[in-house]
Amino acid sequence: MKTRFLIAALALLAGVPALTIGVATNGVAADKPAVSSGIVSSGTGTVGGIKVPSANHPITLDVPAEATHREITDDQKRVRNYADQPPLIPHAIRDYQIDLNINKCLTCHDRRNTAGSQAPMLSVTHFQDRDGQTLGTVAARRYFCTQCHVPQTDAQPIVPNSFQDFDSVLGHAQGGQK
Amino acid sequence: MFLSRRDYLKAQAAAAAAAAAGISLPASAANILTGEGAKLNWSKAPCRFCGTGCSVMVGVKDGRVVATHGDVKAEVNRGLNCVKGYFLSKIMYGEDRLNQPLLRMKDGKFDKDGEFEPITWDAAFDIMAQKWKETLKKKGPTAVGMFGSGQWTIYEGYAASKLMKAGLRSNNLDPNARHCMASAVAGFMRTFGMDEPMGCYDDMEQADAFVLWGSNMAEMHPILWTRVTDRRLSHPGCKVAVLSTFEHRSFDLADIGLVFTPGSDLAILNYIANHIIKTGRVNKEFVEKHCNFKRGRDDIGYGLRPDNPLEKKAKNADKANDSDPITFDEFAKFVEPYTLDKAHELSGVPKNRLEALAELYADPKVKVVSFWTMGFNQHVRGVWANNLVYNIHLLTGKISQPGSGPFSLTGQPSACGTAREVGTFSHRLPADMVVTNPEHRKHAEEIWKLPEGTIPDKVGYHAVQQDRMLKDGKLNAYWVMCNNNMQTAPNTAKETFPGYRNPENFVVVSDPYPTVTALAADLILPTAMWVEKEGGYGNAERRTQLWRQLVDAPDGARSDLWQIMQFSKRFQIEEVWPEELLNKKPELRGKTLYDVLFRNGQVDRFPLSDLDPNYNNFEAKEAGFYVQKGLFEEYAAFGRGHGHDLAPFEQYHQERGLRWPVVDGKETKWRYREGSDPYVKAGEGMRFYGNKDGKANVFALPYEPPAEAPDADYPFWLSTGRVIEHWHSGSMTMRVPELRKAFPNAVVFMHPDDAKELNVRRGQEVRVTSRRGEVRVRVETRGRNKPPRGLVFVPFFDQTVLINKVTLDATDPISKQTDYKKCAVKITPVNA
Repeated sequence: MKTRFLIAALALLAGVPALTIGVATNGVAADKPAVSSGIVSSGTGTVGGIKVPSANHPITLDVPAEATHREITDDQKRVRNYADQPPLIPHAIRDYQIDLNINKCLTCHDRRNTAGSQAPMLSVTHFQDRDGQTLGTVAARRYFCTQCHVPQTDAQPIVPNSFQDFDSVLGHAQGGQK
Repeated sequence: MFLSRRDYLKAQAAAAAAAAAGISLPASAANILTGEGAKLNWSKAPCRFCGTGCSVMVGVKDGRVVATHGDVKAEVNRGLNCVKGYFLSKIMYGEDRLNQPLLRMKDGKFDKDGEFEPITWDAAFDIMAQKWKETLKKKGPTAVGMFGSGQWTIYEGYAASKLMKAGLRSNNLDPNARHCMASAVAGFMRTFGMDEPMGCYDDMEQADAFVLWGSNMAEMHPILWTRVTDRRLSHPGCKVAVLSTFEHRSFDLADIGLVFTPGSDLAILNYIANHIIKTGRVNKEFVEKHCNFKRGRDDIGYGLRPDNPLEKKAKNADKANDSDPITFDEFAKFVEPYTLDKAHELSGVPKNRLEALAELYADPKVKVVSFWTMGFNQHVRGVWANNLVYNIHLLTGKISQPGSGPFSLTGQPSACGTAREVGTFSHRLPADMVVTNPEHRKHAEEIWKLPEGTIPDKVGYHAVQQDRMLKDGKLNAYWVMCNNNMQTAPNTAKETFPGYRNPENFVVVSDPYPTVTALAADLILPTAMWVEKEGGYGNAERRTQLWRQLVDAPDGARSDLWQIMQFSKRFQIEEVWPEELLNKKPELRGKTLYDVLFRNGQVDRFPLSDLDPNYNNFEAKEAGFYVQKGLFEEYAAFGRGHGHDLAPFEQYHQERGLRWPVVDGKETKWRYREGSDPYVKAGEGMRFYGNKDGKANVFALPYEPPAEAPDADYPFWLSTGRVIEHWHSGSMTMRVPELRKAFPNAVVFMHPDDAKELNVRRGQEVRVTSRRGEVRVRVETRGRNKPPRGLVFVPFFDQTVLINKVTLDATDPISKQTDYKKCAVKITPVNA
């Protein structure tokens, strides 16, 4: 897992200059990374470690579209930031039907189907109606899975996020993912 | 590479052994924390994003937000959040949070072409005050302005309104909510004489049918969609109809899906009214007792600059809001031409679907709720669309009863609470009052303890007009707070950006992050956000919710409220008011605007001992009094006894919000109805008391075409909007890695056959170009949105795809709200 994090971190660093193409100003040399419309790299600029560019506003530039990012479909669970975070979807869901006729997600994740699919069963909360009563089947209010659960691509964050989970705040980061 | 389960267990065991060897084991279990250490401080707060108003429980540990989840005690969401709401914990922790004011400087001095350099807050207010005073001296109050927000807290909007309208005596204050639901406001005022919905979310558990008019609730109001879904799937016979100019996720629940030609919703609405009349299903008793009929002006133009040929041609551009009384028979005759054939011809919707839709309204047995958001409101005839949907609910009497009614949804968390109720629009004062009414101004001046004649009587510049006036050099000192207008205004490269960079102007932007708006400013002020301050929001169902400051802002960042109040200290009253006004209240001489507006014996009347000892309150401690409570109670005086009653301040800290009017501690679910609304007397049954005669207005209004339509040069319709993962311009959600990775960039959604004809493939980069500007973006032909041929959709959350360079700054001539859903573009492959 460590290796994966390292690779991700390297990729992030490598990605930053590419993202700031066309917005670095004369006053901002390569060793003083720029913030451009929220795109920042870590560094030791003048303001909280960042330098806000003053010239060549993004609106005046012909900004190329970012390359298409690949979906992450490795089937690996990610550590959740906190207990109530909906798990991310680690597989492709393109063309999954979820409509009045059928919910494709339930064909694997519903209680009745997990023996065959070996997919994680929906959380027990998903069987509770609006009044907190547990039903015999998935609650209708939980029918559209993608309102809470989303797949991931290999896109890099536009800036790092310094959120710390409970364990990190307490200083024992076992299993704590930033 | 991944470890197998067996390897993983082995590694864990070794780590545990090593840890145990080095440290003494605690008495409790080794790998869980118990007792006090395991506890989080949980407090409630409304979600930071849309107008639904979900309540969120926020978990704090050692001064940091470490978790959030849906509040099970909240009526609105009963424990649920959408994917954005579940990731609220991370929105404050993007590593480019601003923490020092930044001024464009050269050689140690302000220079419009200088580079951003950090300065102190003191120096920031110095230069601001200098620029404001210069401008006031040279051109007077009409040359200063402020662009606020439907995301401002109630206190912030109220303080800003006092500063601008009373202190600086300028009505050039408008919220970004102008872009969002000004048409809804004007629709309410024209039909009911009073703003905001009569029904409430409880309708969703009682309706037999739902109709979505230009609202993709599945993505934009996901938690309300869970309630609609619940009802549709568990109530036998329940039906859902979805209307849009392209197919989207809400169609997944639709029994009747209707994709119509842009702008033709007006014709469909008139057809439904005609259908109700022709099939004899008018609720005559209701209509006779509760309705008036009016004919509005037609040919009202498109809110473009006056020299635009379309405006010159328009007959009634200067009297767009006028109307004349007519009879029911005249109304019936007016809608008669809107036959099924005509509606079909204009809209392209199959006739059987139009009939099925009309029957949901016409059938007296069906309780029906209509929802709409930006499809109606961002429409060059948005006010009309609002009026026309009220028509069909009024003709059938299906209004303000449990399970039946028209329901205008909002896009921002306090579009209702702050923008509308506080009245931060260029024409408004609190509680639906307007600056053009002398009685209203007088009442506001009395409550604010100001001399008569303080508030100017002329409507100020609205959002789009502010950009035009900045560009034209007529608005010169300008403060932008709590919004990202360089990304979200229409026609930005031509009409917004030039004004910010106009050498005659000084532009200040307050934001937590370096948005594209901040990058265009002269001075950037680092701002505290969400639970870093005490706040209050009002959601789409009239529910007011307050929250406490749960964590401290990063060092150096300050809330909008603090900024507004500090800035007011920089003005002596003699510097901003004329002698004749001061003569009316000489005791104000020698005071600052801060003294006059905030130390008036009302705002400062609650001591710090009233603060909840469990929470910090930065602004109150700086001021030396409980400023939020003082602002709230002074503001509440506008509405109490006038149909906008708010409960006492403290009560909101105990409840998950209350729906106004709150009279005798009791909230109101359905307004205008006896038994539910305390303002309707016994025996009246129903009374639309916003209008003096107690009646609602049914409007005769025609179909008129959009401002711009596809032609040979620009053959596609462009519609813009949002996606579920990101909120508005993405300034918060794009900084949450999981949300960014879920939907990393804007794409152009188009029909596969259009792509084929253009010879472009999915994922290929294209230019989307209008007469105003262009962006580069990648093609999506298989995504969640499925446009019909000839229409493309591009979301606006992505700062690398500034689609509003392309959009048109046409507005509804009555509401001045932009139409972001209809303009003409061409699409060309990049490097082809």
